[in-house]
Amino acid sequence: MTGRHAMFAGLAVVLLALPHFVPPYFMHLLIQILIWGFVYTAWSIMGRFGFVSLGHGAFMGVGAYVPALLWNYAGLTPWVGIPLGMALSVLLGLVVGYPCFRLKVVGHYFALVTLALSQVVMLSIVAARDVTGGSLGFTPKAVGHSWFALQFPEKVYFYAISLALWLTGLAVWHWIDRGIGREALDAIAEDEEAAASIGINVIGEKLRVTLISAALTALGGAIYGQYMMYLNPETVSGIAVSLQIVFAAIVGGTYAAIGPTIGALLTISLNEGLRVAFGTNFIGAANTIYGILLILFIIFMPRGIVGMIEDTFKRRWRGKTASTA
Amino acid sequence: MLSVSAISAGYGSFQVLFDVSLKVPQGEAVGVIGPNGAGKTTLMRVISGLVQLHNGAMMLEGHSIRGLPAHRIVEQGIAHVPENRRLFPRLTVEDNLRIGAYPPRSRRHCTEQLERVYTLYPRLKDRRGQLAGTLSGGEQQMCAIGRALMSNPKLLLMDEPSAGLAPLIVAQVFDLVRRIRAEGLTVLIVEQNVQQVLDVVDRAYLLEVGRIKLAGTSAELKGNDFIRKSYMGL
Amino acid sequence: MDIYLLETIINGILLGGVLALLALGLNLIFGVIDVVWIAYADIVMCGMYLIYYLNAELHWPLLLACSVAIAWVAALGVLVHVLIIAPILGSAPINQLLATGGLLFFLQSFATLLFGTDFRNIGVRLPIIRLSGIYISSARLLAFAVAVAGAIALYFFLKRTFIGTAIRAIAQDRDIVGLMGVDQRHIYLVTSAIGGALAGLAACLLILQYDVHPFIGNTFGPLIFMICVLGGLGDMIGGFVAAFVMSQIISIGGFYFSTELSYVFAFTFFIVLMFLRPRGVFSR
Repeated sequence: MTGRHAMFAGLAVVLLALPHFVPPYFMHLLIQILIWGFVYTAWSIMGRFGFVSLGHGAFMGVGAYVPALLWNYAGLTPWVGIPLGMALSVLLGLVVGYPCFRLKVVGHYFALVTLALSQVVMLSIVAARDVTGGSLGFTPKAVGHSWFALQFPEKVYFYAISLALWLTGLAVWHWIDRGIGREALDAIAEDEEAAASIGINVIGEKLRVTLISAALTALGGAIYGQYMMYLNPETVSGIAVSLQIVFAAIVGGTYAAIGPTIGALLTISLNEGLRVAFGTNFIGAANTIYGILLILFIIFMPRGIVGMIEDTFKRRWRGKTASTA
Repeated sequence: MLSVSAISAGYGSFQVLFDVSLKVPQGEAVGVIGPNGAGKTTLMRVISGLVQLHNGAMMLEGHSIRGLPAHRIVEQGIAHVPENRRLFPRLTVEDNLRIGAYPPRSRRHCTEQLERVYTLYPRLKDRRGQLAGTLSGGEQQMCAIGRALMSNPKLLLMDEPSAGLAPLIVAQVFDLVRRIRAEGLTVLIVEQNVQQVLDVVDRAYLLEVGRIKLAGTSAELKGNDFIRKSYMGL
Repeated sequence: MDIYLLETIINGILLGGVLALLALGLNLIFGVIDVVWIAYADIVMCGMYLIYYLNAELHWPLLLACSVAIAWVAALGVLVHVLIIAPILGSAPINQLLATGGLLFFLQSFATLLFGTDFRNIGVRLPIIRLSGIYISSARLLAFAVAVAGAIALYFFLKRTFIGTAIRAIAQDRDIVGLMGVDQRHIYLVTSAIGGALAGLAACLLILQYDVHPFIGNTFGPLIFMICVLGGLGDMIGGFVAAFVMSQIISIGGFYFSTELSYVFAFTFFIVLMFLRPRGVFSR
C-alpha cells in the first residue's frame, strides 16, 4: 500500500508544481483536460451501469448558459448562478428521466430520447438568440480578476479550480462505486425486472445516478464557460458534444475511475495534434480522422484503453503464474 | 439417406451430444426418444445446421453436409419443423407457408406446393388469411409442418410435434405424420411421447444424456423391458 | 377556420411525407437488424450533396442525378452495414449505437472537408400553387406524393415478394429463418440497401426544398428518432402514423411560436406522450 501512496504523493507534488514551469499553452490544454475529464467522469457515473445517455450536452449547455446569462443580465454572481444552473439541469434530468425510468424506456429508446433532448436544448439556445446570442455565441461580461465573478485571467487559478473539480469528480465516482447503492445498480444493469422483483427501487436508484450525473455535468459546463469566457451552443450543447462525451468516456474506459480522464487526455491531445497538423488548411480534416478513429475504436477496442490495458495485464499475470506453477 | 456418425456437439464449452450415430434409410420413418435434456433438440439443430458439430460426420445421400449453414442444408433437401412450431406470428398462414418455399429451387414450384399442402391439410386453406399467431395449437402444428413441406424436402425433421398439445390434438398430429409418410417422405422425429411415436415410425433410437443407449425397430423397442418401464409406464 | 391555420395543417401533412419515408427506413433497419443508425439523417445529407454535386456542378439533368443518388446511397447503406455494423453485431447494443454515432461525426466532418460549411442549393424553383386562398409549395406537394408512392411501393415489396416476406419474417423470429432457406446475412444486406435507398429518395425530395449543409442532419435527425420512438421502434405502421402526427405538431408549433420553438414544442409533446405510453403510442 505504501508504494501506491508514494505514487499518489509524487503525483500530487508534480501536479501542484506544474504551473510554475509549464508554458501557458500547455496549461490551457491541461485545464481543458481536467474540466472535460470531469465532465466525462460525470457521464460515466451513470454510463458505466449501462444507462447510456446520448444527451449530456443538454446538461452541460444548461449548466454553462444559466450562470453566464444571469451574470450578464442580472449581475448575479456565478456562486449563485452556477448552483441555479445545476438545479435547472437536475430538473431537466428529472423531467425526462422520470417518465423514461418509470415506463421502462431503456436501451435504444433511452439513448434516442436523450439524443433528442440535447438537440432540443441546443435549438432552444439558438432560438432565444436575442438573449443568448444564438449561434454567434455568448460572452460573459469580463471584469478582470474577481472572486465575485469567478473570473481569473491568470491560468493558475483555474488550474487549481479545475484540479479540485476533477478530484471531486473522482471522489464522487468512488463514492458511488464503493457505496451501498453500487450492488443495486449492478443488479439493475444486469436485469431490471429481476432487480425490481427482489425489492430494489429501480426508478429511485436510476434517478439518483442520473441526477448526480446531470448536476456534475452542469457544473463542468459552468466552469468551462467561466474559464473560456465564451459560450457557443455548438461547443457546450447539442449532439456533437453529447457524442463527444460518450466517446471519450468509452475510449478511456468506464470500468475505472481514471478511464474517462484518460479519454479526455487522448481526445484532446489528438484533436490538438490534428489541429496543429492541418491548421486552417483543411477544415474538417481533423474531425474526419477523429471520426474514423472513433469507429475503429468501437469496433476493435470496445472496453476502451483502460480496459485493454487491464486485459493485457490480466493475461500477463495469468501467464506468469501458469509458468511458475 | 441420412447418416450421422460419432458426432459430438454442444453450445460453447457446454457439450450436449457425445459420440452419437444414427441412420435414416430412405423412405423410412425414424424416431429419437429420450427424456428432457437428453439432447434431442440439439441433435435436430445439428442436422439442420443451426448448431455446428465439433466432431464426427454427417452425410446426406452420400455427400457430406457437415459445416453447412442452415439455409444451405435446406437447399440440400432437409426441412426442419422446429420445437414449439416457431411460426411467424404476425404473418398470415399463407405467408408462413410461402416463406417455406424460399430457396430459389423451390420458389418456382411455390404455387404447386401450396396446393399440395392445402390438399393435405384443408383446414389451412380455410385459414389462409389468418395471422399465424392466432391459430390453435393443433392448427399451428399443421401450419409448421406444411411450411416445412413447401420446400419439397427429401427428409423431414420434426422436433417434438406433440409438445404443448392436448392429447386429442396429439393424436391428430400423428395422423398428419402418417399421411406424410404415406406419400413416401423420409421422416426423422424426435419425441417425448414414446407411445405415439413408436406407432408411427419404423425404427427408433433412445438418446439419454447425449448418448445413444438403445436402437432397434419400433417393434423391438416396444417390446423392450427398459423402455416399457421407464418411458411407457408399463 | 382561419385560412392560415388550414394552410399550416396542409403543410404539416405534406411535411409528414418525407419524415414518414425516413421513419420507415429507420424502422425497417431496426426491425430486421436490431440496430439504430444514428447517422441515418447524415446519410440522407450525403445523398443531398451528391445530387447537388452532380446537378449544380457537373450539370447532369436533375432526374438522372436523383436516380444515381438513390442507387449510390443504397450502396452506401450496404457499405455501412458491412464495414461498421456487421463486425459488431454480437457486441453490446450500445456499441452499435456508438459506432453509428462515430459515423455521424465522420460524415459531418467529411462533408465539411469536401464542401465547407456553406449552404448549397440546386437552385430549383418550383412554383407556388394557389388553391382558394391557400398557398402550397409544389415542391412540397411533389415531395409528399413521391414519398407516399415510395411508402406504398415498399409496402407491396414487403407483402408480395419472397425477399420482402423474408424481411418481415426475420423481424419476427431471427433464429429460425435459416430453416426456411433464408440467408440471414443476405437479408441484412438487402435491408441495408433498402434503408439506404429510402434515404436516397428522401434526399431527392429534400434537396428540392432545402439547402444542404454538413449539419443539416441535426435538424431532422432527432425528429426522426422521436417519431420512431413514438410509433414504436421497429413498428413500420406506427412510425408512419407518428410521422404525420409529429409533422403536424411542428407545423402548428411553428405557426403559433417560431420554427425553432416548434421543435421544443414537439419534444415536450413527445415527453408528455411518453408519460402516457412508453413503448410507442401508436404501436399495436
